[in-house]
Amino acid sequence: MSVDHAPTGRAPGQQHRAGYDEATRARLAADAAAIIARYPRERSALLPMLHLVQAEDGYVSPRGIAFCAATLGLTTAEVSAVATFYTQFKRHPNGTYTVGVCTNTLCAIMGGDAIWEELSEHLGIGHDETTPDGAITLERVECNAACDYAPVVMVNWEFFDNQTPASATALADDLRAGEAVRPTRGADSVCTFREMSRVLAGFGDGRADEGVGAGGPTLAGLRVAQEHEWTAPAYGDEATDTAAPTSGQPDAGGSGAGAPGAPVVGGEQSSAQRTPTGGRDASAAPRARKRASDEAKES
Amino acid sequence: MAHLTPVLSAHWDAERSWTLPVYEAGGGYRGLRKALTMAPADVLTAVKESGLRGRGGAGFPAGMKWGFLPAPDGGPRYLVVNADESEPGTCKDMPLLLASPQELIEGIVITSYAIGCHHAFVYVRGEVLHITRRLQQAVEAARAAGYLGSDILGSGFDLEVTVHAGAGAYICGEETALLDSLEGLRGQPRLKPPFPAVAGLYARPTVVNNVETIASVPGILRGGASWFTSMGTERSSGHGLFSLSGHVTRPGQYEAPLGITLRELLELAGGVREGHELKFWTPGGSSTPLFTAEHLDVPLDYESVATAGSMLGTRALQIFDETTSVVRAVTRWTEFYKHESCGKCTPCREGTYWLLQVLQRLEAGQGTSADIELLLDLCDNILGRAFCALGDGATSCITSGIQYFRDEFEAGTHTPADVLFPPERSSVFAYTPRSAQLAGVQR
Repeated sequence: MSVDHAPTGRAPGQQHRAGYDEATRARLAADAAAIIARYPRERSALLPMLHLVQAEDGYVSPRGIAFCAATLGLTTAEVSAVATFYTQFKRHPNGTYTVGVCTNTLCAIMGGDAIWEELSEHLGIGHDETTPDGAITLERVECNAACDYAPVVMVNWEFFDNQTPASATALADDLRAGEAVRPTRGADSVCTFREMSRVLAGFGDGRADEGVGAGGPTLAGLRVAQEHEWTAPAYGDEATDTAAPTSGQPDAGGSGAGAPGAPVVGGEQSSAQRTPTGGRDASAAPRARKRASDEAKES
Repeated sequence: MAHLTPVLSAHWDAERSWTLPVYEAGGGYRGLRKALTMAPADVLTAVKESGLRGRGGAGFPAGMKWGFLPAPDGGPRYLVVNADESEPGTCKDMPLLLASPQELIEGIVITSYAIGCHHAFVYVRGEVLHITRRLQQAVEAARAAGYLGSDILGSGFDLEVTVHAGAGAYICGEETALLDSLEGLRGQPRLKPPFPAVAGLYARPTVVNNVETIASVPGILRGGASWFTSMGTERSSGHGLFSLSGHVTRPGQYEAPLGITLRELLELAGGVREGHELKFWTPGGSSTPLFTAEHLDVPLDYESVATAGSMLGTRALQIFDETTSVVRAVTRWTEFYKHESCGKCTPCREGTYWLLQVLQRLEAGQGTSADIELLLDLCDNILGRAFCALGDGATSCITSGIQYFRDEFEAGTHTPADVLFPPERSSVFAYTPRSAQLAGVQR
């Protein structure tokens, strides 16, 4: 996020406040506790908690940062350091919909650049700017793993595949008019930025069964295989009853099933590069060795 | 004609393919049932013998990676699935998870059983809302059916899975940056060694594998290692998703044995778009050196692609035809690397910044005669000197672009790329570029 894009003023109700009222704070604390419970160590909850803050405030607000810091025993500087690293964490109020045009190479060449030019001019805003009505925050986004559907536009991180300048401006107009829009591969309609943020914080919205399993390009190879009646080699277990009884008794000397603690793992696992040295497990010797080797490039 | 081998993609066209009952009806969880009758060490051996190599780009043998875990010491061991698919051009894991997330969950249970892990994590990129929903639901459904939780299928084995959404950072696809991010920190790579196998998540022994790698495990258990090695080449065994995109008639996912060629894949995909010819392509995403039409018959396996001067990477085959400016493509990728550089190490942070400055003036037709040498010198100072593979990857398209299309970079000293290669000829729809409209130019 560039420093020369200062927040363009806040709408009423969006002022920074010292903190949350008691009811809100209690609700957020309960959500935070549920997030923290997912992890062995509580700091891992920080990213989902920042999504949670965005679900509440529409951006990573100062009071949200303070809430995360207080909950996780961090300083606000430590929380801010993390929040500023990730592009999805917004430092000023986001629009109801983030409209992202992929302008990475493949989409750009397939027409993403033209879509971007058209949309930016149509809305009168540039990258990371929000329309005056607060409906749309426009972004140039990086590759979103839908290259076979290029050019792609994302609305609140739902896929709108195979776009054109005309389809993208119509989409933006619908969003600003409050009309429901339907992603190509996604839920039946696009939720708001805040609702989306809550899902990213790990709280499902019960909409997973909406939409398709796959679009055309996803199935392109499968269709060709079906046409030619090509299949992968048979597994050899096809004759088995699908509801084969579960074996509760692994082979003798096997997994230690039912035994407390970690399963007994094979002797092969002793082939570690070295034995663990405990604690943070970063001994000086391997560190020194690293400089002189290419090991760091492995994997 | 080369045959496709749909394994992961075999049931993607089923009605409600993403649900557990549909997955089970297609043979789902047979691999797990088989695995639970075996000793964990034998599961590990089966995966080792299959020769399954990491499908996330580096191609490191999965079984060997698991085998690097030190002997159990009573403390936790973790499996972390890298679902942060962000490499430009790469688009295989997201459709897999949208269509069939249970493939991953089953692979997670088997892998966890093999390595002695009781809490696994899926780090999914934050920019794919519906996939996050499907993953969350898949975990819930698997737990309700007894495939997750305690005493899985009566085996005594316990496993919890946490789905964790990232927040927009390409670097978190690097396994140690991913671990830092999962620990609630800025996603910056760690010094290796120690490798995650020894000191990974919370400094505990950890396996980090790509979605497709883990999703390939159930099939290996069902069919055995020899089933897997009956596909692919000797050292690049098995099936893989090949993702065709760009100037191709039928872009999409083509699951084939490793070792298939682009010529064969293009034939199945209807060829380069009508009336055009192949100019350059990436074998495995933007971080792998470019190939040209002379590489159409290179077998797409790890060894052959490396011998030909690139990397198999993620099998992200981005196809560009003769209307495309290499300088424009390379400049845009470089913009990406500059944006996504985490800033930890100087060669990458500063290098990608200056690479972009030079490339932008070449794209604008305002380069100097020294710029090509300057670019190569900059690349030489990044490659092998950056902290992680991001910096190395940033140089690939530049050095290979200059290697094959030097004259286009030289033209950047006098003619803008969009004059040499009008962008409206590359796009899938007709339009008049703003620059031409403003100048009143008719092209």
